[in-house]
Amino acid sequence: MTTIAAPSGDLPVSSEPSYLSAGYTLGSWLGTSDHKRIAILYAISVTLFFFLGGIAVTIVRVELFTPEADVVTADTYNRLFTLHGVIMVWFFMIPSIPNIFGNFLLPLMIGAPDVAFPRLNLMSWYLNIGGASLTIYALIAGGVDTGWTFYTPFSTMFSNTHVLATAAGVFLAGFSSIATGVNFIATTHMLRAPGMTWFRLPLFVWAIYATSIVMVLATPVLAITLILIVAERWLGLPIFDPSRGGDPVLFQHLFWFYSHPAVYIMVLPAMGVVSEVITCFARRRVFGYTFMVYAMIGIAGIGFFVWGHHMFVAGMSPYAGLIFSFLSFVVAVPSAIKVFNWTATLYRGQISFDAPMLYALGFLGLFTIGGLTGLFLASIPVDVHVTDTYFVVAHFHYIMVGGTVSAFFAALHFWWPKITGRLYPETWARFAAILMFFGFNFTFFPQFIVGYLGMPRRYHVYPPEFQVYNVLSSAGAVILAAAYLMPLGYLAWSLVWGRRAGRNPWDATGLEWQTASPPPRENFPRTPHVDVGPYDYHPEGMSPAPYQPRHRGQGDQA
Amino acid sequence: MTQSPAVLKEPWQDLGRQREGAAFGIWVFLASELLFFGGMILLYTVYRVENPEAFAAAARETDIWYGTVNTAVLLTSSLTMAVAAQGAEQDWRRLVVWCLAATALLGLTFGILKGFEYAEDIRKSLIPGPDFPLQEPAAQLFFALYWTMTGLHAIHLTIGIGLVSRLCLLGALGRIVLRGNPQFEVTALYWHLIDVIWIILYPLIYLPGRAS
Ligand code: HEM
Ligand SMILES: [Cu+2]
Repeated sequence: MTTIAAPSGDLPVSSEPSYLSAGYTLGSWLGTSDHKRIAILYAISVTLFFFLGGIAVTIVRVELFTPEADVVTADTYNRLFTLHGVIMVWFFMIPSIPNIFGNFLLPLMIGAPDVAFPRLNLMSWYLNIGGASLTIYALIAGGVDTGWTFYTPFSTMFSNTHVLATAAGVFLAGFSSIATGVNFIATTHMLRAPGMTWFRLPLFVWAIYATSIVMVLATPVLAITLILIVAERWLGLPIFDPSRGGDPVLFQHLFWFYSHPAVYIMVLPAMGVVSEVITCFARRRVFGYTFMVYAMIGIAGIGFFVWGHHMFVAGMSPYAGLIFSFLSFVVAVPSAIKVFNWTATLYRGQISFDAPMLYALGFLGLFTIGGLTGLFLASIPVDVHVTDTYFVVAHFHYIMVGGTVSAFFAALHFWWPKITGRLYPETWARFAAILMFFGFNFTFFPQFIVGYLGMPRRYHVYPPEFQVYNVLSSAGAVILAAAYLMPLGYLAWSLVWGRRAGRNPWDATGLEWQTASPPPRENFPRTPHVDVGPYDYHPEGMSPAPYQPRHRGQGDQA
Repeated sequence: MTQSPAVLKEPWQDLGRQREGAAFGIWVFLASELLFFGGMILLYTVYRVENPEAFAAAARETDIWYGTVNTAVLLTSSLTMAVAAQGAEQDWRRLVVWCLAATALLGLTFGILKGFEYAEDIRKSLIPGPDFPLQEPAAQLFFALYWTMTGLHAIHLTIGIGLVSRLCLLGALGRIVLRGNPQFEVTALYWHLIDVIWIILYPLIYLPGRAS
């Protein structure tokens, strides 16, 4: 990946009808094998789950507005934050970017007509929906109070809520994610267009590929963990029950062996998105492309060896603690490399602050804070002090919500013109992006402080001296909620009134921008041939092309 | 290259590539399956290291005859499956159908023998719970893992029998192209996985505590 030739001419654009007009019946959607339509199916279901999880946490934040229990009982509170965690982790974070944008873009970016196994792809969606239905059933039937971590022996012996239905739901979702992972790996290996070598792949493709490997290798361990919960709770087999020789800490080992890598299932795709967006709006080739690739593979690999940092206080030998602590510091290195490389890409770039870029920059800031506080948590003495406090809650929200959800919105805005063929009103979008960044910090920064001061998580009452932080946090949550709702409005608006986007409104590189927007069913009228590396924004020996965004001022006039 | 429209599916443009893709996909899936059983086996290993005596005592309660005969049955079925997959390449339809039938029958035999074994286990009330005959609590752990592991293996076996029978039926009715069809290789690989997992489970379940 050192020599980059000048970009070859544009590919011919098909006159075929777009994938959207390939059929209008419900059946043509629910029985489709088109990866682009399946991506839309995911977009609809995942958005639904996002708002469901959001409603639950709204009540949580309302309850925490005052120190007393004045809105919900302790039991209800437990069920609410469990519902929030279960839905957000398994039905929003994990499927969102890979299943929506991965599905839509992976074949387009590598020049393939579809994923390797289109029917399996559709089946994954049904499995995901089946899992969500079971989980929502559990909610209607009375909810679950174990937290999204299902710790034993509480989940197997003491909780009298709907653990089985929820575990079954998550199991199905896991199966879906394995099927998706297999599909994406096979697609990347087998269906690249001629000339699309491994080191010409866009970083987003690398990100989805690395994520898929983690999905395929980590999720089965979650599956076995859930099956063992069912075996113990339902069939009465002793597996983690300490009174019959079992060891509940082994449950935690198995659970976190999946769930720490799962954090990377959530964040790697986000990193892929941010790489695409930053180079495009800085008009610069990604700094250190190969390092970026190796960093992602490194994150995916090392991610399997640090699960123990969730168990420092669960009774672990000092040696094991030391090793996990050390490895957790090591796993931060590739993430830091990526942050440096993004910064270096921005440096001397011709940055334009379009909405996707604002979201991506938001990711950069928030992910960095989340990552740095992760280092606090990886050092055992600090962790012992702040574990199970709001400090941890703030940490993982900075990574997952500040990082991944920001990247999700970056992706949504960046590829919206490609997916729908329409431009959204840029001013509104920028406003929402800034509001989201502001609302996010308003909500979660106070939680670092209150956590450090000792407020434990998962309690619905707290000492009055913590109230000021909680009021701040709840107020911020209102702003954040508004920022999440806004895109729903202006994006829906753009579907009808937005200006036509054209093939490539951002002047971006990448095969996906060379076909029509929205793309035809078969993606490319002729199989593309690739003869350049990715991100050819500043071809060697050419003076930087001034950025002339074609979309400016178009979507704004309504 | 034989371009058979009946076999070639979207998004593939040539048959050879499609076969490679299918084989590659199933290998990735098998890696996933190995980690699934791997988690289980890891759990077993930790508990066994923590409770060596109890596990030895519990394992002596299993019936080594059923286990051993079943191992032989399953190994044989892997052979017939491999022959079927190779036969499909040569388009030897009769051979393929017979070998597939033999594979499904051997799988079924395994399942039936396992059923008898389970019945015997139940008669000896080797089910964790109040009536469990062995003293040490960890012996119950062994049997909890025994039932879960063999149960999960049985589920995989059942799916395998279904897949093999389907191919056998389609082959016998002449409704399926043999040569170049990725389904034979994919099914064969899945079947071998069932075999391989059993070969790991066999020593874990039947052999502890039997050396002396
Ligand atoms: C919209 C703004 C959000 C607010 C105000 C919020 C607030 C909270 C609060 C207060 C808790 C702690 C409950 C407790 O421990 O007592 C929590 C837990 C959690 N949240 Fe959020 N959250 C938001 C969005 C999200 C999103 C988008 C995700 C994931 C994509 C997420 C994932 C989680 C997880 C995994 C937990 C842990 C649940 C547990 O402790 O069992 N949250 N959230
Ligand atoms: Cu972790």
